Amino acid sequence: MLPLSGERTDAKGIIKDKSDSGNILRGTSTLKRGFAHMLKNGVVMDVTTVEQAQIAEDAGAVSVMVLDKLPSDVRKAGGVARTASIRIIEDIMDSVTIPVMAKCRIGHVYEAKVLEETNVDMIDESEVLTPADENHHIWKWDFTTPFVNGARSLSEALRRIEEGAAMIRTKGEPGTGNVAEAITHIKKVNDELRSIKAIYDSGDNQDLVRMAREFKVSYDIVEETAKLGRLPVVNFAAGGIATPADAAYLMSLGCDGIFVGSGIFNANDAKERARAIVLATTFWNESEKVKEAQKMIDERQSMLGLDVKTLELRMQERGSSA
Amino acid sequence: MSLTIGVLAIQGDVHENITSTKTALKELGVEGTVVGVKTAEDISKLDGLIIPGGESTTIGQLSLVNSSLKIIKEKIERGIPVLGICAGMIMLSKTANDRVVGKTDQPLLDLLDIKLERNSFGRQKESFEADISMNSINIPKFNGVFIRAPSVSDVGSGVEVLAKFNEKIVAVKKGNIIGVAFHPELTEDVSLHKYFVNLIKKLKN
Repeated sequence: MLPLSGERTDAKGIIKDKSDSGNILRGTSTLKRGFAHMLKNGVVMDVTTVEQAQIAEDAGAVSVMVLDKLPSDVRKAGGVARTASIRIIEDIMDSVTIPVMAKCRIGHVYEAKVLEETNVDMIDESEVLTPADENHHIWKWDFTTPFVNGARSLSEALRRIEEGAAMIRTKGEPGTGNVAEAITHIKKVNDELRSIKAIYDSGDNQDLVRMAREFKVSYDIVEETAKLGRLPVVNFAAGGIATPADAAYLMSLGCDGIFVGSGIFNANDAKERARAIVLATTFWNESEKVKEAQKMIDERQSMLGLDVKTLELRMQERGSSA
Repeated sequence: MSLTIGVLAIQGDVHENITSTKTALKELGVEGTVVGVKTAEDISKLDGLIIPGGESTTIGQLSLVNSSLKIIKEKIERGIPVLGICAGMIMLSKTANDRVVGKTDQPLLDLLDIKLERNSFGRQKESFEADISMNSINIPKFNGVFIRAPSVSDVGSGVEVLAKFNEKIVAVKKGNIIGVAFHPELTEDVSLHKYFVNLIKKLKN
């Protein structure tokens, strides 16, 4: 049984169809959120080519995310970062059996429509790309394809879920190889979940409505989330993960799985590292196995990484006030 | 007498299956514990095993790492009931072909003589919910949640077809081995999990 808190049963993205064996529904919250549940305890890897996608699949990735450039290369290149070439996305879809995701710009409804027509399995409305609309995210209920969104706090996560996101990931600070921000964000979400749970358990509805106003979301979704004591959708860690130990630590903080961006294919030992990060994610609660995974990589081959304090571009701030 | 039922906890929706199985035990009034299992040692203690939904390539490769694949195969061959859901059904099969990519060389358990097609109904946008019936096991109506689901195009001797949808086989059974292409653990209806618990109970008595 899935939590369906905040679902809209009248969404445009729900398609009613007839078949020889009876009526069919597509694009329901059970199907969209359920898809994300199948990724749990897995690693989604950013890729830019067919070769990288195959390395990811062979390493045991549960899905690949197609981008034009890896986040750290987006930083270096500057300019406007847009959705990837459709032809490359299609080539990757034809060459791996695991689900294929792709990123669109925040608020860019038509990049998302193009990705839906391309038939990707999930769309990431991502701060790694240059936002198209800082004030409005996409109304994701209009789509049959599920969406994942980034969040750095509970309020941001719940706002995205109310807009129809079927999955949440921490934002971290993409393209830095620095896991610090992802850790901060998941701890903040956990703290906030604990505090609304405590309010719920105390029966103080007036305080819950105060939280809903502060979060800029409906009372219902705050109440249901507080009752659950966790987000009503799957929550992955993302942003700056570069090593097996990074992945295992985030799993231990209660994340349902891991997104790795530049950390794998901007390292010089991508193949071993991809495998090692998968192993550490699966066996995160067995220190011996995490050590074995960490031993598979060479720190001298890790991406150099960036200090978050001195960054000129903080991708995590994109779209966070809306 | 208490049953020990395990859900293979490598990757996928493990927790959802633990919850559905616990509910099934409670509704049936059967005593038992439900645990996530990873290691050969955990698996060897089980009376029944669920291989959950997830990515079959990931589950297969990672079960090879700690040799749980081998022990699962031995246990099932010795007769413990197993329920394979979606990726789990793929794991139980002899061979798997992907609708687009073709033959895959992923690690499988080779226990069910079925011809299996991965992603048979299409990609996520084509994922669907629809009512199906499994009359032979007294579940006439069940809300099937099909997510990038596989299907079976042909079965070998001794494999019973439990359900079809649009002429594609979506649930099979051979002895104590059950494979389904849809996700009972994502719905409130625990009748399939109850059927599975009863199968385990009958065998243990």
